[in-house]
Amino acid sequence: MSNHDRPAGRLIKAPENFIRPDEVRTVFAQAKAGRRDFVRGAFAAAVAAAGTGQARAQGNPVPPEGGDPHILNLPAHSKGLGQAVATSGYGMPSQYEANVQRRPSPGLTQTAQSSVSFAPLQSLFGIVTPSGLHFERHHQGWWDVDPSKHRLMINGSDAQILKKPLVFTLDEIMRLPSVSRFHFIECGANTGMEWGNVAVPTCQYTHGMISCSEFTGVPLKLLLDMAGADYKRGRYVLAEGADGSSMTRTIPMELIESGEVLVAYGQNGEMLRPENGYPLRLVVPGVQGVSWVKYLRRIEVGDQPYGTKDEAVHYIDLLPGGQHRQYTSTQECKSVITTPSGGQVLLDKGFYQITGLAWSGRGKVKRVDISVDGGRNWQTARLQDPVMSKCLTRFSLDWVWDGKPAIMQSRAMDDTGYVQPNYQQLRAVRGTRSIYHNNAIQSWLVQESGEVKNVQLS
Amino acid sequence: MSSSPERWLARLAVLALACSAALAQAQDRFPGVGRPATASEIAAWDIDVRPDFKGLPKGSGSVAKGQDVWESKCASCHGIFGESNEVFTPLVGGTSADDVKTGHVARLNDPTFPGRTTLMKVSTVSTLWDYINRAMPWTAPKSLATDEVYAVTAYLLNMAGVLPDDFVLNERTMAQAQARLPNRNGVTTQHGMWPGKAMKTAGKPDVQASACMNGCAGEPHVASFLPDFARNNHGNLAEQQRAVGPQRGADTSRPAGSPPGAVALAPAPKAANPNAAALALLQRHSCTACHGIDSKIVGPAFRDVASKHGSRADAVAYLTGKIRAGGQGVWGAMPMPPQSLPETEAKILAQWLAAGAKK
Repeated sequence: MSNHDRPAGRLIKAPENFIRPDEVRTVFAQAKAGRRDFVRGAFAAAVAAAGTGQARAQGNPVPPEGGDPHILNLPAHSKGLGQAVATSGYGMPSQYEANVQRRPSPGLTQTAQSSVSFAPLQSLFGIVTPSGLHFERHHQGWWDVDPSKHRLMINGSDAQILKKPLVFTLDEIMRLPSVSRFHFIECGANTGMEWGNVAVPTCQYTHGMISCSEFTGVPLKLLLDMAGADYKRGRYVLAEGADGSSMTRTIPMELIESGEVLVAYGQNGEMLRPENGYPLRLVVPGVQGVSWVKYLRRIEVGDQPYGTKDEAVHYIDLLPGGQHRQYTSTQECKSVITTPSGGQVLLDKGFYQITGLAWSGRGKVKRVDISVDGGRNWQTARLQDPVMSKCLTRFSLDWVWDGKPAIMQSRAMDDTGYVQPNYQQLRAVRGTRSIYHNNAIQSWLVQESGEVKNVQLS
Repeated sequence: MSSSPERWLARLAVLALACSAALAQAQDRFPGVGRPATASEIAAWDIDVRPDFKGLPKGSGSVAKGQDVWESKCASCHGIFGESNEVFTPLVGGTSADDVKTGHVARLNDPTFPGRTTLMKVSTVSTLWDYINRAMPWTAPKSLATDEVYAVTAYLLNMAGVLPDDFVLNERTMAQAQARLPNRNGVTTQHGMWPGKAMKTAGKPDVQASACMNGCAGEPHVASFLPDFARNNHGNLAEQQRAVGPQRGADTSRPAGSPPGAVALAPAPKAANPNAAALALLQRHSCTACHGIDSKIVGPAFRDVASKHGSRADAVAYLTGKIRAGGQGVWGAMPMPPQSLPETEAKILAQWLAAGAKK
């Protein structure tokens, strides 16, 4: 049914009049007037009457017996002996965190080896993605490669462009001076299912092809210096993996000369996970994930781009008029509110922290604004330290929910002055069939019941 | 300052020495780390082929030979005519004789045309050759001989109406194939998303938005959302949200607005499954790329194999042999290629099949 990179079968057209346009208009006319005489229940037809915020409330009232039994009656863990050290040589999350998992989107791909699993952004704090929850994208299945047998080769597209082709063992690469840096990695197709219309329910599926880690490795520039690369002629670099598809992508030499591109073996203080390229992967900050070649086996310096499968058949962006953009690589400035977000239910009225993630492939996030009225009025959010270049930035805003419908949006700006566009602005230039590089503003509708829905506005 | 030629020469010599010393330093700064690659090592790994055909090895293959290779090694996933959408998106289709003339695939402008095939998109024939050579067949990459890669590339282009039946593709005729590729003029680098300067690009972002703060948009209209019937399409969202904190997941196993139930936790891992070994082998050997447990994909469902052959007295031996040797005809025309797994593992799978292919 569907296409590998355009899952048409997942794009479900919403039936008209499910939420009637006049109801939406009423709500926002009231909101605009300062919510005086707000007509409660404007969304009632859409959300069905039964579930209210109160019904879902956990609440914390003083029980009739004069105290909370969880306080009055000491639990077993307060009255007994706990477990020994190193019960597990590699600790695992609490049993109560079993819902926090990376998941595939049903029906998105036809095979499990060339497929995607999405990181549970709605359940993560701060900016670092736990390595076991990092999103996955494999083109020909993943491997657990023996590091003692893995090699990295540096060569040139001709004999003059690189003086001394080299090979390195992993032992040797790990002897070289290393750096550790925090960067996001985002698949070029992240949010790709939403180009035409709403297709998936939660921010795990809309935005979960992004993760952020501290990567440790050696600047590729250092290895190219050792090999005597001709930087005048060699303006392109080919990166190649050791897995079945021997994935290849072209990287511009400017990024390598900046010192940002790393040959990395470390991720969040330990070695890379096999699903993320153990024992060696390329880190290309700001550039889409497909260029961060996993199981990295070879780097070739060349004088022309390479037109590889993932830059001539996939990862090309279809524009209105029928031309495809080729070599689109930079992940432009983007953000998403992770809580409250689609598929969640607010427990009660009252105080909430709106929080989410912002990033830019061109530098640092400079500002994030949040709207709770569908983009009419905006407030500037707090940015949480540290704010780093080409890295996730956590933002937050205080909010008191009065139990009425609200449409939440976040809009990020980066330090080049670029402003994240809304869907109308993005589609006006790129249409709806681009698949890749959808960085539009995301809208979440908080309904009166407290349940949050993924919506797109016209 | 003196400007005598001798002094200038002396200065230049010093400068040259300094430069070469700096270079030597970069290359010798890390003694004991890295060694020169040998010619045979480079030959073994440097297999990339560029759009200007740099890296293309000598060899040749005809359309006719390509058909043989295709039907034995490619058709099981891609379909006899490259049209299959069962395992991968179609390779062939959606291009016309006119596209071969213009180098623009007209169908890319037709939003009603379902999907985009590889031949509708690809603008460089080197890309097809390179990827088939490095990554195909999917379960046995890099197993094709150079002549087979030429042949199968020729056959693919023949099916797409790009090359005639009698064409022989080799390192010299690749340029002729490129000149007829339907979408060869269909790509542009005029955008602001290539972070380098050597390529001709637009250099700056294409979409301009403003950071308006008050009274910005008109009245918001919800134009798109998931309808109620799709509510549970991604599984029960209550099991996909943390069970503590300001929010819970919506219980999508029940209609919107249902009274809340108990907080759900995703099912705990089950006790050791007696079928686990076989199920793991199915994954490891990518059997599931072509067979579902309950559903036909390219090959028959495992359950169907189990019910057809499970009652044979020699079921385990028969199925072990079939897994390793492949076959054609029992389940239709689509061949199953021979599988190169050890006999002990094939036997575990055969026993699992004979016992009913249970999950």
